[in-house]
Amino acid sequence: MELLSSLIFMLVIAAALLGFVMLLALILVLAERKVSAYMQDRVGPRRVGPFGSLQTIADAIKLLLKEDIISLQADRKLFILAPYLVFVSSFAVFAAIPFGRNLIASDINIGILYIMAISSVVVLGIIMAGWASNSKWALLGAMRSAAQMVSYEIPLALSILSVIMLVGSLRMQDIVGAQSGGLFSAQNRWILLDNPFTFLAFFIYFISALSEVNRTPFDLPEAESELVAGFHTEYSGMRFALFFLAEYANMFAVSAIAVTLFLGGWSGILPGYTFLNGVPGFVIKVSVLVFVIMWLRWTLPRLRVDQLMSVCWKYLIPIAFFNLIGVGVWILIFD
Amino acid sequence: MTVTAAMFYLFAVLTVGSAVLVVTTRNVVYAAFSLMLTLCSVACLYVMLHADFLAATQVIIYVGGILVLVLFGVMMTSGKLDMKLRMERGRLIPGSLVGLILLALLIRIIYQSPWQVQDTNMLESTTKSTTQSIGESILGQYLLPFEIVSVILLVALIGAVLISRKEVKEIEES
Repeated sequence: MELLSSLIFMLVIAAALLGFVMLLALILVLAERKVSAYMQDRVGPRRVGPFGSLQTIADAIKLLLKEDIISLQADRKLFILAPYLVFVSSFAVFAAIPFGRNLIASDINIGILYIMAISSVVVLGIIMAGWASNSKWALLGAMRSAAQMVSYEIPLALSILSVIMLVGSLRMQDIVGAQSGGLFSAQNRWILLDNPFTFLAFFIYFISALSEVNRTPFDLPEAESELVAGFHTEYSGMRFALFFLAEYANMFAVSAIAVTLFLGGWSGILPGYTFLNGVPGFVIKVSVLVFVIMWLRWTLPRLRVDQLMSVCWKYLIPIAFFNLIGVGVWILIFD
Repeated sequence: MTVTAAMFYLFAVLTVGSAVLVVTTRNVVYAAFSLMLTLCSVACLYVMLHADFLAATQVIIYVGGILVLVLFGVMMTSGKLDMKLRMERGRLIPGSLVGLILLALLIRIIYQSPWQVQDTNMLESTTKSTTQSIGESILGQYLLPFEIVSVILLVALIGAVLISRKEVKEIEES
């Protein structure tokens, strides 16, 4: 009986989160198309529904009805498994993201560490997809993706570490609580504005996160002009849709983590005012970051693969290490 | 059956089953991905032992780091991308001997250790943290071993870089 009730409890929470992620992807895909359209002086989708708002739903139905093609030379088992692995690990990150005071699926005491652990599994899913497709585009894309994600995980982890040092806890709600003062107060400011080193850490985090989710200017794993579509070249229909869903879920997740770590999470912008407090404030802050990610995609050209590696190993990692020491010294002197 | 017990049996079966698959499969890539399942299930078992920090680091280091490198190596080195493993009959006897000795040793340790069995709810355990106590013991009581391990790892890192650079030079000369 106990087993059944806890199982139902867990399933209800998971289903609610899954519904949220699905809805999120629908909105973000439409937003991406609209943003790209306005950046290129077009109007974007406008036929389906008012202002094209139902376009993604039409696309999703189309993808569902498409034939599911598995090429004969592909490794059937791993080919089928890979999209689920990628989606599940992107989805599992949402369990530890605090959306509001009580709106967190599981406020575990190693929250941020859990997020990093789970999101590192995505790489394996991508490699699995690339290898199982038995296609050179897919394999090359997967190789690039793995090299890129493993490299950029280091500056990402170092920038997160500086926040952890400051807060002294890995729990997501503690990190939000340490920034309850909002933007301008002397105590408990946003970690972004706490000291110059954390200000820098935010940008290191954001650049590395862009790379972790394979977005432009770091979208080499799926560079259309050279690799067709990268690791998901051979996928069609619903399996492709799962990768697509995971990509947009990831984009939201890294922005949400950035907001939680550096921009106050769900706590309000000004102390004492309920304006922009809780969930709406959180959603607005995350949306701004998501917009910046889309903005970058339609503005910047793609890096070359050697530039990608030198940005990480020659610039970001040394800066991140320097930064980490800086935060430590700052804590020692001023706190 | 309680939730904890049900989950323990699930992860135990997953760990052992995937570990058997790692050893028996002839496809290197399958072996690597089964190893992923093994490592993740072991991480889940750590969670059930209230060792949350250890579980997360297990996934970060073994799944996110080492396994990716293993897969990278497998894909880079084998020309046909699906190198088949063959077991040599001659190594069966010494291999099983070493395995049996290890098994005996492990069983001995398992039966001699004083296990502290406590009936706690798994869902409650997430409120207590092990991170702080691990940090304090690493930088306090076990500082010297920790530093020695760090230096050894650094030496290994530099050694690996040195070896791989040497090979590149030789290719360029020839």
